[in-house]
Amino acid sequence: MTTSHAEPVNDKLPHEPEKATLEGRNKLIAFWLFLGGETVLFGTLFATFLALRGQTNDGPTANELFHLPLVAAATFILLVSSLTSVFAIQAMHKGKRDALALWLGITVVLGIGFLALEIYEFYEYVKHKEFGMTTSAFSSAFYTLVGFHGAHVAFGIVWIGIIIGQLFKKGLTVVTAPKVYVSAMYWHFIDVVWVFIFTVVYLLGKVG
Amino acid sequence: MAHAHSVKRYRGLMDWITTVDHKKIAILYLVAGGFFFGIGGIEAILIRIQLMKPMNNFVSAQVFNELITMHGTTMIFLGVMPLIFAIMNAVVPLQIGARDVAFPFLNALGFWTFLFGGLLLNLSWVMGGAPDAGWTSYTPLSGSEYSGTHGVDFYTIGLQIAGLGTLIGGINFLATIITMRAPGMSYMRMPMFTWTTFITSAIILFAFPAITVGLVLLTFDRILGANFFDVAGGGNPVLWQHIFWIFGHPEVYILILPAFGIISEVIPTFSRKRLFGYSSMVFATILIAFLGFMVWAHHMFTTGLGNVANALFSISTMLIAVPTGIKIFNWLFTMWGGQIRFTAANLFAVGFVPTFVMGGVTGVMLASAPADFQFHDTYFVVAHFHYVIVGGLVLGLFSGLHYWWPKMFGRILSETLGKWTFWTFMIGFQLTFFVQHFLGLMGMQRRIVTYLPNQDFDLLNLVSSVGAFLMGVGVIMFLVNIVITMRKPAGAPNDPWEDGRTLEWSIPSPPPEYNFKQTPLVRGIDAYWKEKMAGHTEMTPAEPVGSIHMPSATPLPFVMSVGIFIAGLGLMFSKDEFGNAFMNVIFNNYIVVIIGLVITFGAMALRSLYDDHGWHIEPEDQDEKGART
Ligand code: HEM
Ligand SMILES: [Cu+2]
Repeated sequence: MTTSHAEPVNDKLPHEPEKATLEGRNKLIAFWLFLGGETVLFGTLFATFLALRGQTNDGPTANELFHLPLVAAATFILLVSSLTSVFAIQAMHKGKRDALALWLGITVVLGIGFLALEIYEFYEYVKHKEFGMTTSAFSSAFYTLVGFHGAHVAFGIVWIGIIIGQLFKKGLTVVTAPKVYVSAMYWHFIDVVWVFIFTVVYLLGKVG
Repeated sequence: MAHAHSVKRYRGLMDWITTVDHKKIAILYLVAGGFFFGIGGIEAILIRIQLMKPMNNFVSAQVFNELITMHGTTMIFLGVMPLIFAIMNAVVPLQIGARDVAFPFLNALGFWTFLFGGLLLNLSWVMGGAPDAGWTSYTPLSGSEYSGTHGVDFYTIGLQIAGLGTLIGGINFLATIITMRAPGMSYMRMPMFTWTTFITSAIILFAFPAITVGLVLLTFDRILGANFFDVAGGGNPVLWQHIFWIFGHPEVYILILPAFGIISEVIPTFSRKRLFGYSSMVFATILIAFLGFMVWAHHMFTTGLGNVANALFSISTMLIAVPTGIKIFNWLFTMWGGQIRFTAANLFAVGFVPTFVMGGVTGVMLASAPADFQFHDTYFVVAHFHYVIVGGLVLGLFSGLHYWWPKMFGRILSETLGKWTFWTFMIGFQLTFFVQHFLGLMGMQRRIVTYLPNQDFDLLNLVSSVGAFLMGVGVIMFLVNIVITMRKPAGAPNDPWEDGRTLEWSIPSPPPEYNFKQTPLVRGIDAYWKEKMAGHTEMTPAEPVGSIHMPSATPLPFVMSVGIFIAGLGLMFSKDEFGNAFMNVIFNNYIVVIIGLVITFGAMALRSLYDDHGWHIEPEDQDEKGART
């Protein structure tokens, strides 16, 4: 083998370890279903936001608030983190636990970076633009939609963090593989939701 | 076997708190759902006492509002839905030849979150006032301005927690039915009750997240001062109605489809004929579910959506009558020429058909937008939805309970008492709600605490109240029946109706912990009937006898739900002024919320750190009958 680093490869693991057991397959299916429900959840939040986004109640408007370079940076970070989670799954399919854990770790760090930018953004709005939850219907809808997404990111960070711990404690097995796979699906999902937020909330807020 | 994990067996109360067995969870749902059904029933009786005569002052206007709100909320979310879940849990894994649901741990979690959400909601009666804005909680009525007690907070947070349980249950049933069917059971060989459970679960999955969001928004408005529904802050009260009904209309199909499923099992069994038009039944069910998501605004004709919207929603609503009609005719054709036996279960099933049809007919009347301007918010609407929910779903539940009771408990309910229950309940039902159509047409509004004498309302209201008492008597008879039956020994045979068609009747009553000693091989629709017709007495097994893997009992779902309950209470009172400094500190700083969340997430962390390896039942231990008596 010509791999430069000497990571032991678990070649007893089946090719797609996440689908090797009934439990694993159940988890995957249930998670797809769960994401269906999450889609409705975010769909309702988006609908609410669209209905109320013009209702600024003499408070700041989207155009006055948003600073696109900051949001673009956050978007970039989150998109890259989706890519690194893909690398994680590829490492898993090669049976490389350490590489898997490393890519997951990078994903988590990027997630934290995204969240930090978001918290900074909210802080700015509240502190310097007098734009809080109670300012207007627009503000309520903005914080609820974007905040829900942020809470999902935070949850994902903790979750993937725990899974990294499990990988070291229990190794890469047919029990841990479905958990890794499902958490990566979740991460892609919140990434996709963010693309919609970027478009509907920020871009539309700047131009529309 | 070599790896005999020593399994911890709990006894008594702890057994129930820690169980992950779908059959025991079914009983938990039955008891808890029955309990809340009883509370909702008492609330109904109190409402009918208040309306029994004009200018009555049995309860105050405030209490009356609380009673109607809690009656509707309790009945729908805490009474009939859990009873549906009870039957689904008891029956679906058996009907598909599975040893349990896909996620036994989540199954328990779903039950406990429902229970603690329901308890939280009902605590409102003793903690400063119940919700009082109607079960639909229309804004601005449910905003802090018009509903100043904590009532609506109990509604939003209690329902949120209970709804979580429903969603978990729905996903679990979907995964179970997708992956755990016995070999040979294709989708088009699934029993109708399993089919309706499947579709109902799909509706739950796509409808409940909408109300989740709605409840969050309302909570934010009330607790954080957000402006979603507050016109002064730029909000829009009609938005609540859209969110509520985009959940709420599918919700009525969550209620009725399982009843359709029950009827489709009971009628063929007691007609000794296969269900007429099986595949059209399946497609009608799917079509109803689909259309159910398209028609929500028929509850909002009078909010001024405009003629075009009203027309579209009106037509799409009426379309639902087509697949519903297909179902009705298929039931009639199933009975046609069959050897019908009028057991108690079948009486309820047959009684269901005409009452449900009447509810459907008034539904089409309501769906005509111009007419709805007359009917809306009158007793005509009350009569309509009680015909479908009580005359449909509750009759269906009674039918299903009589039918599957021997499977669940190994004891057949008394047929005589069952028939008495049917007649008292049915006559009481018709007396209560039939006359309400006329009250509505004559202009009596819904949700009014009293009315003036001599408007022609007096006699009909009295009749309605008397009917309500009679229904109460019917329910009590059912309870008496249960008590008497449970004192008898559990000796019911596998197939107590002798004409059982589906897999659950091929195993002992009640089934052993592992359900099927050997997974059965399914060779057609009505798998068990097919084997019987081929001269067999048992299903052909699809696997050799072997060691059966079982999940371990665990208290964690219970603990997690207690944590959520504490967090919910903490959030609700986070803005309150208490007379006591300590209470102020722990509530106003969200300390209670944090304690609750720590309990929940702590239990989750435990669950993820220690994998549940489960335990095995070895072949030599596999011949005992039902594990519980
Ligand atoms: C052919 C079938 C049906 C049609 C056309 C129909 C139509 C309607 C319409 C138009 C309304 C609104 C009336 C108003 O508020 O002015 C209504 C109310 C209602 N319907 Fe139906 N319906 C049908 C079946 C059902 C079923 C199967 C259920 C439940 C199992 C149900 C439960 C309800 C409830 C609970 C309400 C009242 C909601 C409230 O305002 O509190 N309906 N129906
Ligand atoms: Cu409706």
